[in-house]
Amino acid sequence: MMRWVNRLTQNGKFHPMWIVLAVVSVLIVASVVLIPSLHEGNKEAAYDPPVHTTPPHPAAANLPEPDAGQADAAPIAPATQPASFTPPAESAMPSGELGDTIKLGRNIFVNTQVYAKGLVGSGLNCVNCHLDAGRKADSAPLWAAYVMFPAYRDKNHKVNSFEDRLAGCFRFSMNGTAPEYNSKEMIALTSYSYWLAKGAPTGVELAGRGYPKLAKPPLAADVQRGASVYQANCALCHGPNGLGTQVNGSYAFPPLWGKDSYNAGAGMHSAKNAAAFIRVNMPLGKGNSLSVQQAWDVAAFVNSHERPVDPRAKQ
Amino acid sequence: MKLTHTQAIQTALCLLALAQAGLSHADAQAGAVIAKNGTAGIAACMQCHGGNDVGNAAAGFPRLAGQNVDYLAKQLADFKAKLRTSPLMGPIASALSPTQMKDVADYYASLPGWKPAPGTPPGSALSVRGAQLAQHGNWDKGMPACFACHGVNGAGIAPHFPAIAGQGAVYIANQLKNWQTGARLTDPQGLMKAVADKLSADDISAVSAYLERPTNPAAGATP
Ligand code: HEC
Ligand code: HEC
Ligand code: HEC
Ligand code: HEC
Repeated sequence: MMRWVNRLTQNGKFHPMWIVLAVVSVLIVASVVLIPSLHEGNKEAAYDPPVHTTPPHPAAANLPEPDAGQADAAPIAPATQPASFTPPAESAMPSGELGDTIKLGRNIFVNTQVYAKGLVGSGLNCVNCHLDAGRKADSAPLWAAYVMFPAYRDKNHKVNSFEDRLAGCFRFSMNGTAPEYNSKEMIALTSYSYWLAKGAPTGVELAGRGYPKLAKPPLAADVQRGASVYQANCALCHGPNGLGTQVNGSYAFPPLWGKDSYNAGAGMHSAKNAAAFIRVNMPLGKGNSLSVQQAWDVAAFVNSHERPVDPRAKQ
Repeated sequence: MKLTHTQAIQTALCLLALAQAGLSHADAQAGAVIAKNGTAGIAACMQCHGGNDVGNAAAGFPRLAGQNVDYLAKQLADFKAKLRTSPLMGPIASALSPTQMKDVADYYASLPGWKPAPGTPPGSALSVRGAQLAQHGNWDKGMPACFACHGVNGAGIAPHFPAIAGQGAVYIANQLKNWQTGARLTDPQGLMKAVADKLSADDISAVSAYLERPTNPAAGATP
């Protein structure tokens, strides 16, 4: 027996790797069978108080209400054309103490997994939804947000600071914990946003804020149609099962659903935000190539899947 | 002929193993033979792709060593299907059988990939502009960073996105121009064409020069 294994190995027609492969295939089959049943379990858990590994954060108590379904950024019938603005070039970042803090803010924003590790409960980075390090217009850029706070938000009937808004994305979009208001993370992110907004008028709705409001689809959004849009346009990067693509343990393409994605209280979990984001920014590098209908359909499909529960459920 | 119980089991196992090996077609050793010596009517790949399998940068013959296996096999099939045209490579790919394609792809993928050479990185204006495009893109034109799809430092994201770091500048520039003119139609969803169309001639020189010898960007600072 060993002899022919050796022979096969030598003449190159058989490799011991096959044994490993066979075992791996068995595991894959097993997980395909098991995962749906785990998900069933999650569904029930959704109505239980969410389990927090860390005690409720002091900052969390102050958090603004959910972003879901809320269009902070949609200009409410602006009287005039919104002012246009271009953030300073990356190379113009100042040096010195402030410069270092700004740089840290940028690093937290593009690589949240590393620079704000303890505060993140998903596999995402801020930049995944706020493209080009929070600079890209129509991708909820930081510079356009920074000049619009403090703001009264109907949702929680109080005036929210910019920090409150950052905290919201930590808690929902990142499925994590909000940093303390005077923590180094909060100060760094605020400094970075402040620098990006250098020279922008305060309290003025700038062109490119938020995700551009998308027209209603001709037909009601449909998950089935969305599934085929997904397989044809998104699966290559985000994976056939939406769980993203990992390289060396971190996501090269972020997960759109599942345990490592945004939670059910996040802004992206509202069809309106997701459709608007996807239409302008996805497939990566080919923004605006989907039809309005396709964008709504695929957004409905993405958000029809299991993901971490809204942390406010039963709190 | 009578088989004993153990003989029967051995035979069954043997058949199973052979079936698996046959099914995969991937055979790095058979691939190595084609790469080094060629085969009936097909020139040795090494003649053009380099003695150390790292290509011939000046001539625009690409480096194949360490590239991901699915990508390599797909390119050979794409040459054959005329989705990519090359007077040198086209006829060779067309002469390869699907099994041979898998075998050579397997061989080249098994070789060590490109590693940044030690020494002072090039700091020319061209290379700096190239680094900007590769690491950050050009969002004024809606173009993402090359590394958003080609992986951290251009090392590739298997199976669809090839490694581009360490590839010859002449070859890279040729490919980008081929996408612009429509001579290369191999990219899924037209993703690479959408990128190439947003590059100016100067951008192409800059990014190709940079990718031939990229520096390691500050750890963690790039997405
Ligand atoms: C899963 C996607 C996602 C991730 C990840 C994400 N956000 Fe957001 N963010 C959104 C959405 C959706 C909105 C709402 C945009 C709107 O109202 O138009 C938003 C809004 C914001 C705003 C307010 C924008 C404005 O103009 O009012 C800020 C500031 C912000 N996010 C910061 C962050 C920070 C900091 C992180 C990382 C800690 C982060 N976001 C991660 C999706 C995301
Ligand atoms: C070429 C690869 C690619 C394709 C194709 C693609 N995406 Fe993405 N997508 C990305 C990358 C990369 C990011 C993160 C962007 C960043 O960090 O700069 C992203 C981010 C996202 C996000 C926000 C982050 C998250 O995890 O929720 C959503 C939602 C999304 N994509 C949906 C889609 C949909 C829907 C499609 C198909 C219509 C699609 N994408 C096609 C690469 C791709
Ligand atoms: C006569 C020279 C020559 C020989 C011999 C040759 N190639 Fe090529 N090959 C090329 C050239 C030139 C290109 C680039 C074509 C282009 O510009 O599109 C290429 C491209 C390729 C590519 C695409 C690489 C990529 O990164 O996309 C593969 C794969 C390849 N060759 C495999 C082989 C194999 C396998 C053999 C041997 C069976 C072989 N080549 C023999 C000249 C040659
Ligand atoms: C949106 C995703 C995406 C981005 C961004 C992207 N590429 Fe690509 N690229 C691809 C895909 C997909 C392929 C594989 C095409 C194929 O299968 O033939 C590819 C292939 C290539 C190849 C051919 C490699 C070879 O060996 O023949 C080169 C060269 C290349 N890309 C350069 C670049 C450069 C330079 C940039 C940035 C300016 C860039 N790419 C940005 C998706 C992308």
